Amino acid sequence: MKVIELSEVKDLKNRYRYSTILLKQLVKTDFKLRYQGSFLGYVWTLLRPLALFAILYVVFGKFLKIGDSVPHFPIYLLLGIVVWNYFAEVTSGSVAAIVGKGELIRKINFPKYVIVLAGSFSALINLCINFVVVGLFLYINDVDIRTIATTLPIFIVELFIFSLALAFFLSAAYVRFRDINYIWEVIMQAAFYITPILYPLSLLPENAAKIIMLNPMAQIIQDMRYVLVTDKTLTMSGVYNSHYIRAVPVGVTILLVVIAAVYFKKRSRYFAEDV
Amino acid sequence: MSDEIAIRVNNVSKNFRLPHEKSSTLKGVFTSLVSKKRKGYETQHALKNISFEVKTGEFFGIVGRNGSGKSTLLKILANIYQPNKGTVEVRGKLVPFIELGVGFNPELSGRENVFLNGALLGFSRKEMQAMYKDIVEFAELERFMDQKLKNYSSGMQVRLAFSLAIRANTDILLVDEVLAVGDADFQRKCFEYFKTLKRNNKTVVFVTHDMDAIREYCDRALMIEGSKIVKIGSPDSIAQSYHKLFATPTTNKEGASQDRWGDKLAYTSDMSIQLESNTITVTQKVMANQSLSGPVIGFRIRDAAGKEVTGTNTAIENTKIHDLRQGKSITLEWRFANILADGQYLIDPAVLHQDGITVSDWWNDSKRFTVKKNRHLPYTLDPGFTLRVSND
Repeated sequence: MKVIELSEVKDLKNRYRYSTILLKQLVKTDFKLRYQGSFLGYVWTLLRPLALFAILYVVFGKFLKIGDSVPHFPIYLLLGIVVWNYFAEVTSGSVAAIVGKGELIRKINFPKYVIVLAGSFSALINLCINFVVVGLFLYINDVDIRTIATTLPIFIVELFIFSLALAFFLSAAYVRFRDINYIWEVIMQAAFYITPILYPLSLLPENAAKIIMLNPMAQIIQDMRYVLVTDKTLTMSGVYNSHYIRAVPVGVTILLVVIAAVYFKKRSRYFAEDV
Repeated sequence: MSDEIAIRVNNVSKNFRLPHEKSSTLKGVFTSLVSKKRKGYETQHALKNISFEVKTGEFFGIVGRNGSGKSTLLKILANIYQPNKGTVEVRGKLVPFIELGVGFNPELSGRENVFLNGALLGFSRKEMQAMYKDIVEFAELERFMDQKLKNYSSGMQVRLAFSLAIRANTDILLVDEVLAVGDADFQRKCFEYFKTLKRNNKTVVFVTHDMDAIREYCDRALMIEGSKIVKIGSPDSIAQSYHKLFATPTTNKEGASQDRWGDKLAYTSDMSIQLESNTITVTQKVMANQSLSGPVIGFRIRDAAGKEVTGTNTAIENTKIHDLRQGKSITLEWRFANILADGQYLIDPAVLHQDGITVSDWWNDSKRFTVKKNRHLPYTLDPGFTLRVSND
């Protein structure tokens, strides 16, 4: 067994000391700037999902009865939208992240990944606040919280990694190809509808559901709904029998992480010249 | 100073690709893939085979005219740009001081900017809190820290940035013409800080146009011209070469510059400068190729770095020059007090039309002269000072 020397730990800490300091400060700045000049400030982070829930409750609970087959459909919807918003915030926000910090990059050398990571973390804080609201509604609606709810962090981690990988790729690609933002906008609009956010997956024909579930976002959202809201949610194991196929979304995520990391690392050396 | 090497630059080259038409869209990439036209960019060689070493504790100057590659070199040292060829080895912690107030955000308060900039310099929040009071006091901005940075005057911003920058705990410092900004008071602070650095045996790499600063602070310097190192040596020899740099390329065989334009209806045919200890006499002869009515004639004096020092013309002096007839000439003799400091100066005579705008003959760097006063002032003017000290 290899004993990790204390000095090694210290080295590692030193190596990432600058990055951590910078990361904390950038996240903090991001939050300060985001709500600057708004009267209610941070309260908006809470108010937004609350207002959204009110709308969903009226529209889908009272008028459109597409979710009748699913218990607690408004919460089910809210969860999907909250998770999607996180994904959209991280990826769309990342596109111009590196270019936006061009002034800085041209003047000082610092680990560029911190910029992308900071955007991701500040969105994660938002997501956590949103989850508090979701939790509140689960409680109010007397949803039965099962022990499986404790596996939620696994899916949050998966969501975090998947979104971050895309963010790395997009931000680095945008430095060279300034079309990326338009392309990504279109992709996001399409993706919003091919991910089961507004409709229950069970409404779709089986073959369509099978294809849709290969998308990591669909898998993550459905799994989160399954563990938090209702076990009537159709998840991966409900559409596929093969274990291998069930692992596709995770595989896609891992592949994306590798590609994005290699690409970002390679390109980041030239950000100062290209931005 | 020791013999240890702080920075070793080994055969570094840097090229930039300058696209003819910026093809930073996907369409551009596709069309250039399909059409296979000539390559869509031009390669600019910003640095060619640069090698030098900087010793620990050395003050090392880098000089060169604009566009010679100085700043690119500094950015390579700071690891902002990657060299295409060659290596840079750096021993010790390096902080680039390429610009003051990097990362300042105008929407944030002074206080928040202090912490943000501190983080970029590598200080944690805790460390910054310990230094905060000193930083603010040194910048003399105690009352303004909760205001947004955009409401600061530029002087206030520079003071805050400088106060932060000098906290950087570093072995090697890269400085890019920071001395050029700020008022006299700020420049004095900069110089004091440089003296402290020198005492503390820090390594400083310093890019500047100011030869007096090179002479005063640097142990050695390097001159870069046309992307190559032309000389590495003592500050004095580099300062001399630097001044020569501005003399050679614009001068032809007869020693007169060809940087000259205008319609030449009338032109300066001869310039002479006579230097006495207290007065300078400039004699300017103007010939008319064709008739020119009511010309405005004058000159301008610049220092060796090309900075304008003084100048005048007949319109400013309210002297009306009668119409010049074809083939005739006129001689003007200008006399003025010699308050120039030691150094080399250029004189640019000009003949203008009556409107004072249309150029008949503008002749940059027609003649050079050197003022020697046997005393060295680091400024352009030496009006001769008298001093009386009385005990109160």
